[in-house]
Amino acid sequence: MERHPKFSFQRLRGIISKEFLQMRRDRLTFAMMLGIPLIQLTLFGYAINSDPRHLPAAVLVADQGAQGRTLLYAMKNSSYFDFVREVKTEREGYNLLARGQVQFVINIPQNFSRDLLRGDRPVLLVEADATDPAATGIALGSLEPLFDTALQNDLKGMLSPLAATSGPIDLRVHSLYNPEVITQYNIVPGLMGVILTMTMVMITGLAITRERERGTMENLLSMPTRPSEVLIGKIVPYILVGYIQVSVILVAAYFLFHVPMQGSILLLAIVALVFIIANLAMGITFSTIAKNQLQAVQMAFFVFLPSILLSGFMFPFRGMPHWAQVVGEGFPLTHFLRIVRGILLKGNNVIDVSLQLWQIVLFAVIVLAIGIKRYRQTLD
Amino acid sequence: MKNGEDVIEVRGMTKRFGELTAVDHVDLTVRTGEIFGFLGPNGSGKTTFLRMLCGLLRADDGRGKVLGHDVIAESEAIKREVGYMTQRFSFWEDLSIEENLDFVARMYGVKNRRQTVQESVEELGLAERRKQLAGELSGGWKQRLALAACLIHRPKLLLLDEPTAGVDPKARRDKLLADGTVDEVISRVGLTTWEVKGPDLAKLADELRKTSGVQQAVAFGNSLHVSSTDAAELERAIRPFRRDAYEWQQIPSGLEDAFISLMEERSPHHGKTS
Repeated sequence: MERHPKFSFQRLRGIISKEFLQMRRDRLTFAMMLGIPLIQLTLFGYAINSDPRHLPAAVLVADQGAQGRTLLYAMKNSSYFDFVREVKTEREGYNLLARGQVQFVINIPQNFSRDLLRGDRPVLLVEADATDPAATGIALGSLEPLFDTALQNDLKGMLSPLAATSGPIDLRVHSLYNPEVITQYNIVPGLMGVILTMTMVMITGLAITRERERGTMENLLSMPTRPSEVLIGKIVPYILVGYIQVSVILVAAYFLFHVPMQGSILLLAIVALVFIIANLAMGITFSTIAKNQLQAVQMAFFVFLPSILLSGFMFPFRGMPHWAQVVGEGFPLTHFLRIVRGILLKGNNVIDVSLQLWQIVLFAVIVLAIGIKRYRQTLD
Repeated sequence: MKNGEDVIEVRGMTKRFGELTAVDHVDLTVRTGEIFGFLGPNGSGKTTFLRMLCGLLRADDGRGKVLGHDVIAESEAIKREVGYMTQRFSFWEDLSIEENLDFVARMYGVKNRRQTVQESVEELGLAERRKQLAGELSGGWKQRLALAACLIHRPKLLLLDEPTAGVDPKARRDKLLADGTVDEVISRVGLTTWEVKGPDLAKLADELRKTSGVQQAVAFGNSLHVSSTDAAELERAIRPFRRDAYEWQQIPSGLEDAFISLMEERSPHHGKTS
């Protein structure tokens, strides 16, 4: 027993307090702790909008009738379209689309109103620059119901047969949890996961490689420390950093973005702890594999980018092909996003959350085990 | 461990880095109370050997005991009883002297930690600088800190890797090392050294080297060190060179002088062995 020192809490405390001291003196860490969440939150929180409105559109109107004008007004009032140009020829419209000066060209052909009143079902052509489907999709989808209701007033009395008839079904849709479709309600809680992933993996990713590069590793290894003491000792201080970030984001979410907080914040805090540990463990494991700080940063990015893209933060998770979903399920961020959105927007409880939580726990355990195994006790 | 017992007793210690064999079957026995020094040019495996002794590198071959513990299997136990001072300063530059020592004391589970750290700070004359960050210290003070740190747990064996590297020659003589280790090494070599200052030292050195009675003439910055193990013979040999333009002065031999002397002795050119 003497020969193999047992895990020592005294040594663990020593390492933790050393890390705290170093953290306090390292301005960059401090900046990362508060600067990154604040900047990203304001930047992305205000900037990202998945329901783009006021898209520039050009109109080509060859018809002077009232109905054509009614439809144009309706489009303008929907706030999806801003008519910025009037063009005389189709050629002119194409050029504007090609150069990206407008997103849509609305073409109302000659005799549109006359044909409409005759019941000839005239064509109204909308040409869209669909290079970015997300930018045009919602606006285009709004058109059909918009036109149906827009003409209700014009098509009365004798003309009422021309009006859109209600179908055989009375369709009702309840958009739960975010009925006003406010992007921030989705983005801001998601940002909590993204910011934690980025900073936590990065901070600990540098932890061991830094000791190696500065030559202090030789010293640390010449002392009777155990790998688990060093690794855990390096993780613990940054849990606090993670919590500071979570608090900053939650306060901003509540006061700046008015994100609803339906569920238990305490539950969120517990989940956040697990998620923070999972990311710190991932970082520290990279740190044991990487030869230098640059490699550690590269590894962090190697995970960070797919995490963001495949977790459902940027794009709808269910929109991805099956294999991509399988890959996505592997990232702790994917599960954390579901949990945070679930707790804040849906008021999920412990049982709802545990379905996702165990996967983060599993991830943390596996990754940390790899890290402890990989941590070299010698300089070889 | 009683006096006279072997502190280090290793046989056939070997370390290879790919193609290169850095340490090739080294046997070493060091008894309690002995001071043992390695001399050798860069890359001759001094550091590698020390690292193997304290468990920082895994030996490819060899066996033996350090402080009664198996050098391969019980490196953890060895680490607890050895004070190892690395060649390159390896303490945390963003921690103060006191914080560094406190951390080391904690890692070794030192009893009465605070008191021990205070004593250690005072013993090495670091008291006034205890709050200073290690990174802001000059080379000599860094060495003191490193020495204080590797002594703090009262090790039974000290392994010092180039303890005077990065320290200016004056400070080296400044009783930096406990018990005059370096002085002892130098005095064993028994070298007499004269320092010469003046014009065109390179030419003078060439002439001196051809003179019998002069064992070595080595340039040190803007001066020349002329040495021999036979003081009387040396004095006779240099007499013709003590001209007006040159300023001759007998100085205590330094570690470098002693080192070069030992290296020359072993080189096949001289054909002598000690």
